[in-house]
Amino acid sequence: MSDKEPLFSAKNRKLLTNPLGSDNPITVQVLGICSALAVTAKLEPAVVLTISVTAVLALANVIISLLRHTIPSRIRIIVQLVVIAALVILVDQVLKAFAYDVSKQLSVFVGLIITNCIIMGRLEAFALGNRPWPAFLDGIGNAAGYGIILVIVAFFRELLGSGTLYGFQVIPQAVYDMGYENNGLMILPPMALVVVGIIIWVQRSKDKSLIESN
Amino acid sequence: MNTNSNTYTFLYASVMVLIVAAVLSFTALQLKPRQNKNREIEKKQDILNAVGVSSTPADAEKLYDQYIVKAFTVSSEGTVKSEDKDATFKVDLKREAKKDLEERDLPVFVFNKEGVGEKMILPVRGKGMWGPLWGYIAMEKDGNTIFGATFAHQGETPGLGAEISTPAFQDQFIGKQIFNEAGKFTSIIMVKGTASGNLHQFDAVSGGTVTSKGFEAMLLDNLSSYEKFLKSSK
Repeated sequence: MSDKEPLFSAKNRKLLTNPLGSDNPITVQVLGICSALAVTAKLEPAVVLTISVTAVLALANVIISLLRHTIPSRIRIIVQLVVIAALVILVDQVLKAFAYDVSKQLSVFVGLIITNCIIMGRLEAFALGNRPWPAFLDGIGNAAGYGIILVIVAFFRELLGSGTLYGFQVIPQAVYDMGYENNGLMILPPMALVVVGIIIWVQRSKDKSLIESN
Repeated sequence: MNTNSNTYTFLYASVMVLIVAAVLSFTALQLKPRQNKNREIEKKQDILNAVGVSSTPADAEKLYDQYIVKAFTVSSEGTVKSEDKDATFKVDLKREAKKDLEERDLPVFVFNKEGVGEKMILPVRGKGMWGPLWGYIAMEKDGNTIFGATFAHQGETPGLGAEISTPAFQDQFIGKQIFNEAGKFTSIIMVKGTASGNLHQFDAVSGGTVTSKGFEAMLLDNLSSYEKFLKSSK
């Protein structure tokens, strides 16, 4: 502990807020796209997965950050993977024992957290070179940035694809009687890509600094 | 210390693997009884669900003991093999499916509630797109008409194959018949969107063709093994 800096200094706050906007893992870093496509047909799995990813990413960041001086650089990717996989299995086992209903909803998605490139990406790019507290904030921030896109995409896909939100019917029967139909295409993965594309488009037209120069 | 030497790297990897293995096996052992209990309760809830009795994890065991009056296993020839309620509950369909048809223990759960009457609940198990599908089908006493059904899956895609576990999908089975007018076993056949009104067909899940096909095969395979038992109970 050399120079004491406040827990929520401007630099640390940036770690939390940047991933929500100008450094978003999905729309700017283009990481974790695969799970964004897979789990966003409904809001509920999107929310639960966000929570699980937050837990795993924050903990993995802290653990790797604590170990950062001891990890042999030649096997650092393997060490990172082992830490992530162990955490994911722990989360899965604990959910199965104490929150069985939630674990049933998540089913395969818990396992999918291991393959989420955001986690590996943050461990490699941030946790290996920073102290535990900033690494923790970075984990929370990036998981939130990931989650916010997941929730936005899931919101539109569930609303337009199933006429429900979080499982509750929101489009009234009267609208269906007038000839409205749910858009079946919205529940298929390609539409997630289109929705993510639209979000990226909107974000870049608002923030010109994100546009590549070539 | 030189963290890049071979010895250090090997030692680091070995110690890390040992620690992780110890932590994971310890957790798994500690949590196993709880997880098994959860699975048992879920199974009881599923069985009750098939006859339209909704339960919470807290009261499932009580309701199960109250309404499932007996359970027994039959052979594919239709003869009763064991009348032990607990042993029947523990029959593992996955293991039974590997045996020859003649040697299988086929569980039957008998539900009885005043005002509803006696129903027979038959478990089914099959393959979906990503993993196993299973469910419970409650039959009327005539051994032909479906009173209710509940289905679950391990890893089908939400919004697609996972739709088989929604009430909208399951309720379409109510009143369907698995024997045709001539008394021949037909199971219930998958069609696309035109099943309503037909007693022997169900609507497939849109976007879930592989799941639906596996589902159809599950009904055929499992129900056909009960054919003789159901005929004899008519």
